Amino acid sequence: MTDTATTPTPDGSAKGNIRCVLVYPAFNRIWHWSQAGSIFLLMFTGARLMGMHQILSFETAVTVHTLTALALLLLWLFATFWLFTTEAWKQFIPKTEGLFRVMRFYAWGVFHGEEHPYRKSYKRRHNPLQALAYLAVKIALFPAIWVSGLIYLGYGLWDDLDNASFLLQIVANIHILSAFSIAAFVVVHTYLLTIGHGFLHHIRPMIFGFEKVELTAEEEAYFMADMPERLRTPRH
Amino acid sequence: MRIRGMGVAALVSAAILWGGAGWAQSGEETTVPAAAATSASTAISKSTADHSKFEILKQNFKSGPEVTAACLSCHTEASNQVMHSIHWKWDYEQPETGQRLGKAHTINSFCGNVASNETRCTSCHAGYGWTDVRQPAPADPARVDCLVCHDKSGQYTKQDNLAGNPPLDPVTPGAKTITGADVRPVNLSQAAQSVGAPGRENCGSCHFNGGGGDNVKHGDLSSALIHPDLATDVHMSADGANFTCESCHVSDKHVFAGSRYATNVTNPHPDIAPGAARDVASCTSCHGEKPHPDTSVSHIKLNDHTDTIACQTCHIPSFARGGVATKTSWDWSTAGRLDNGKPISMEGYTQGNGKHLHTYLSTKGDFEWGENVVPYYAWFDGQVEYTNTDHTIDPSKTVDINIIHGNSEDPKSRIFPFKRMEGRQAYDTEMNRLVMSNVYGPTTDTAFWTNFDWTKSIKAAMDYAGLEYSGKFDFVDTHMYWPITHMVAPAKDALSCQECHSQNGRLANVAGIYMPGSGPGIGGKLGMVMVALALLGALGHGGLRLMRRARGNGGAHHD
Repeated sequence: MTDTATTPTPDGSAKGNIRCVLVYPAFNRIWHWSQAGSIFLLMFTGARLMGMHQILSFETAVTVHTLTALALLLLWLFATFWLFTTEAWKQFIPKTEGLFRVMRFYAWGVFHGEEHPYRKSYKRRHNPLQALAYLAVKIALFPAIWVSGLIYLGYGLWDDLDNASFLLQIVANIHILSAFSIAAFVVVHTYLLTIGHGFLHHIRPMIFGFEKVELTAEEEAYFMADMPERLRTPRH
Repeated sequence: MRIRGMGVAALVSAAILWGGAGWAQSGEETTVPAAAATSASTAISKSTADHSKFEILKQNFKSGPEVTAACLSCHTEASNQVMHSIHWKWDYEQPETGQRLGKAHTINSFCGNVASNETRCTSCHAGYGWTDVRQPAPADPARVDCLVCHDKSGQYTKQDNLAGNPPLDPVTPGAKTITGADVRPVNLSQAAQSVGAPGRENCGSCHFNGGGGDNVKHGDLSSALIHPDLATDVHMSADGANFTCESCHVSDKHVFAGSRYATNVTNPHPDIAPGAARDVASCTSCHGEKPHPDTSVSHIKLNDHTDTIACQTCHIPSFARGGVATKTSWDWSTAGRLDNGKPISMEGYTQGNGKHLHTYLSTKGDFEWGENVVPYYAWFDGQVEYTNTDHTIDPSKTVDINIIHGNSEDPKSRIFPFKRMEGRQAYDTEMNRLVMSNVYGPTTDTAFWTNFDWTKSIKAAMDYAGLEYSGKFDFVDTHMYWPITHMVAPAKDALSCQECHSQNGRLANVAGIYMPGSGPGIGGKLGMVMVALALLGALGHGGLRLMRRARGNGGAHHD
């Protein structure tokens, strides 16, 4: 990415200034990293429960898996509340606009020295493919894993059903399949960080919160007047 | 007499009065005035009767029935009660299958059958002189053996071949008691005056020695339970609950809770508070349905298991603990091998407490033994069906001598631990039925233990029992299942989760359960493929980028 103030947005519309803005507020970052840590812990303990390794005792794995899952659910409750009260949820609304160009970039352009076609804006920090992927994770994989997980955890409440063992087997398989799907997401998610300006470049904003994005003149004026702490002088 | 409490006070007072303080200090073993001694030394008896004070018991009894007659002079209904119990009748109608069971009828994979072997087998009958099990046990009330259960003198016993009678003076040299000890004459008068509530030694004299020796039959009932350490049995150890057998096997009118034929795997009286009096011996009778305190995730999860897994499954990690082995295999087909006409005996197994055990006897065949044996697990609803002499068997397969009922769909069934006894015993090759054998009879020409001739032995027993027999026999492999419920280990020794929650865990062969941890199912396999594809995709995509960049075609990685 070349840091000029006149880079065109994907749709070639209004140009703005590139500023270093607090794109990821503290809660957002806590959410992301505790979610990442929890998912890692859940993967590790879940793999133990499946019998893929024996590093922990089964009992410890059950305990850690259950408590971590409950803690993560609580975090999700907070996150959902945060998403809807801060309107951050709008970041995840899928848009087809520019989607093809991003797909074309990953399939072709990236091998031919092209620039990533997407420019982050304050209101839209994910590229269209990314937003679509995150949305899919949020509305399909996460609900699948926690609904199946809660049903699994609550086995004692429904184990008197006929065929309870068979139903449990189905629930467990859905849970495990969802878990592996999330693992596959994590693989691709992590890999994509290596594209563009590199791994650390992508990680840094998720740690410190600030990222260079294009601000419209109105946005910039608003930040300068009302939230100057959210702006930082770009480092060069 | 050691002087304590009031006695010391009385003594000190006396010493001061007599001005001889030095006497009191040195007087450890001394005499005191009679009145002071009585009030000082006699603890209040739990029982309202001291049987050593009964005139009728101060006689020179000449036989067991004489003692019983004396007992009945006060306990007028006792014999009638006993005679209504399975301890007496050895006859039981299984309520679910309608089968006629009880020792008088069933076949097992140990000594086989009682019929035609009575005086040996009925040595453990709770009575005197039942010499023909084709008839009910003797009707004479004095033939009930009160002492075998109530003797507290410790010297009462039954000889192993006198149809339940004790060895009396003069004893037969070389004779053995039912516990396998050399006989010595029983003092019936001393036994009669000692009576009290049954203790472990009383029940154990028969039940620890089933199958012909210590722990031979059950695997979880052995002499190790007389003074067990905590690790052997939390309930019976003096360091634990210090239970007697009757703490769980509650009795009512001389009938005891607990059965090998129709038992309760679950608590049939959930309306009765845990620990309250009832007539059922099950873990949940005292511990309830949620025995683990809800203080941790694993405890809550364990409480979820109680409707599937019997308490015994986790809490009796192995049986035949405490140094006494159990017989795990008995092959009758090799019996009868003689060395120059003389019976052979080999002692090839040494158990934990150092005792040597037979591994071959001409009279009985080959044995195997085991200690700390991992149980066999199966669904169990408490109901047991027997393959008796009227059942057709399939000799090409291992025959189940008893069939354990229960399945995963039944809310009253639990996964339960068993000792699975391996046997090889005689059957009729024409009729495909198990046969009886006459093994005991020192003076007969049919008893196998005397003559080592199966043809005569089987024919004699089948004729005796009035059963059809073709005259042709062979030996078939058998399994017999013994529910394991004693020798509950301390909580810290209970099975850890991964004993079952693993590939090829303890319950790998139990049908109808989903076992987390037993390996990836369909979801796991599909998922692994998906992750592998994601990794491959990332590697391929990344590899291609690196190659393009090496050739100078960019790769969108620059700063």
